[in-house]
Amino acid sequence: MDFDQFPSMGREDLRDFKKGIDSGFRDFSREFGEAIELFFEPLLWFLVWLEQLLQATPWPIIIIVVGALAWLGSRSIKIVVGSVLSFFAIGYFGMWEDTMSTLAIISISTLVCISLGIPTGIMMARSDRAQKIVTPILDIMQTIPAFVYLIPVVMLLGIGKVPGLIAVCIYAMPPVVRLTNLGIRLVEKEALEAADAFGASSTQRLFGVQIPLALPNIFAGVNQTIMMALSMVVIASMIGVAGLGVPVLRSISNQYLALGLMNGLAIVVLAIIFDRVSQEYGARLQKHRQGTQHD
Amino acid sequence: MTDSKIKIESLYKIFGPKPKAVLPLVLEGISKQDLLENHGHVLGLKDINIDIPSREISVIMGLSGSGKSTLIRHINRLIEPTDGRILVDGEDVLGMDKAALQNFRRHKASMVFQKFGLLVHRTVAENVAYGLTIQSVPVEEARERCQKWINRVGLSGFEGHYPSQLSGGMQQRVGLARALATDAEILLMDEAFSALDPLIRNDMQGILLELQEELHKTIVFITHDLDEALRIGDRIAILRDGAVIQQGKPQEIVMRPADDYIFDFIKDINRGRVIEVKTIMTAGEKVKGPDLNHNVLLEEALQIVSDSETREGNVVSDEGEVIGSINLAKIVQALSRPNVEVGEETRYR
Ligand SMILES: Nc1ncnc2c1ncn2[C@@H]1O[C@H](COP(=O)(O)OP(=O)(O)O)[C@@H](O)[C@H]1O
Ligand SMILES: [Mg+2]
Repeated sequence: MDFDQFPSMGREDLRDFKKGIDSGFRDFSREFGEAIELFFEPLLWFLVWLEQLLQATPWPIIIIVVGALAWLGSRSIKIVVGSVLSFFAIGYFGMWEDTMSTLAIISISTLVCISLGIPTGIMMARSDRAQKIVTPILDIMQTIPAFVYLIPVVMLLGIGKVPGLIAVCIYAMPPVVRLTNLGIRLVEKEALEAADAFGASSTQRLFGVQIPLALPNIFAGVNQTIMMALSMVVIASMIGVAGLGVPVLRSISNQYLALGLMNGLAIVVLAIIFDRVSQEYGARLQKHRQGTQHD
Repeated sequence: MTDSKIKIESLYKIFGPKPKAVLPLVLEGISKQDLLENHGHVLGLKDINIDIPSREISVIMGLSGSGKSTLIRHINRLIEPTDGRILVDGEDVLGMDKAALQNFRRHKASMVFQKFGLLVHRTVAENVAYGLTIQSVPVEEARERCQKWINRVGLSGFEGHYPSQLSGGMQQRVGLARALATDAEILLMDEAFSALDPLIRNDMQGILLELQEELHKTIVFITHDLDEALRIGDRIAILRDGAVIQQGKPQEIVMRPADDYIFDFIKDINRGRVIEVKTIMTAGEKVKGPDLNHNVLLEEALQIVSDSETREGNVVSDEGEVIGSINLAKIVQALSRPNVEVGEETRYR
């Protein structure tokens, strides 16, 4: 036996093998590409609508809304002032429009992740089998390089906002799924037993006990999902998503240091605002857990 | 004898992957240890037969791991038995479908837990109202009905607090009020006071007895503490390794412990507070001395008899008829030494 060379598939066979897969997928996308595109139409419409709305809204109103949301979430003057100042800086340095586009795609992808991720997490928590099946899929979603799944997505849907959105969601969804599952599984046994003992139906048990008690964890998952979506902004811009990622890409190819830094920092600033506000909000969700502890 | 509210018949519970498959072995009398080591199953309950009378407090007692929690959870079917029957008011709990069982749990039997089992995201008032919320009772009505119980257990003023802001004793008051608020006839209490400090536990026992005097619920009370069992129990069943080894009135158990296991339980208690004079009296003629009601406890009888000249006394019925007599020597004997008649072979472990 010769161990220098791995006994690989013949070169011809390998080429045919790959070609087979490629043409198979191409046929599939020719057949169903349009239907799939149609399926995502409402999402695209929603995304475009939100983006245009954010762009068209006069900036003072946006700033007021940002401040108000920051206040509602965090109840902290410091965070409100920080958020407002950051938005002023973003506008002052000419990144307003891109920031609005980025906000639009982040909001939509977060909504998609939550509305798919939380039910998936609940399903996983309720069935060990579902957990066994979904966990490896989540692992793949988080570890496979984004460029790899961009290929089939682009083959199917071409370049554009929707494939970008899908790419962001694939990467950003796992945390909310995982933490929903974990949160529900961590709910104290006694609380569940009490619910059963008082005759709660499984729906009452889910919405009255499991989800409320898992909420801090679910919320941590949403927070991470938002962070991960933001970190996908640059990659998404490679396949046609407008926003802060576009100038970053441009500065890579043209070696514009300042432009790249500024837009990169804008992404960081958005992330910090999201994070602080949602952390504070999450902490307030848990206020009942602190209290003045006796005995 | 009162009518039985809950009837448990030849109940078996085996934990493990294939309980039905090993049931025959258990029926043949395999030991708990053998079953675990050679067959990988845990024997939870073994041939339990208990009649729980209505409107009384029935205590189930045993050391930790003896199967108390497993047993009480069969009554509202939080745990499914491997074999046996459970009848509540003559209805087979095991025959109930999902809806009937839900209904049973909502209206017929409520539960109080050792670690309270409160919902930490709900306030005291919301926790007490939990059972009613589940039944979709309108909010206003639920609040009204609950307020009564909140006041009754001494939680007025704490309605808006969260459980984490309360001490253990206060939390269990919430648990008790929650269970009472559904007006269920049966109250299942699994070591409800075991997690509390002795003084608080004493308070809670008092509250429970006071409530029971007025409510006359059928209470199944689990404890590992004999003093507690004797204080609140109208009847006591003692569990060991998943089997009932003795059941009866507290006095019967104190006077005639079935074996050394129970003897060890009762040997340190204050017998004067449990045993009534009628248990140790000699039936027959009237003697010279004071009259004692047949329900008088030895502690009190000792006082009265030793103060009398003859050191004797008559035991009289509620109607005032003399039914027997006691003397000082008998009382002292009953106070000091349990009459155990168990041979070496029944010595446990
Ligand atoms: N779900 C379970 N699986 C396996 N064994 C169990 C389970 N629940 C209880 N047991 C066993 O059954 C026995 C009785 O437990 P339990 O009813 O909790 O006792 P107690 O309440 O008297 O302390 C113990 O040996 C325990 O290990
Ligand atoms: Mg227990």
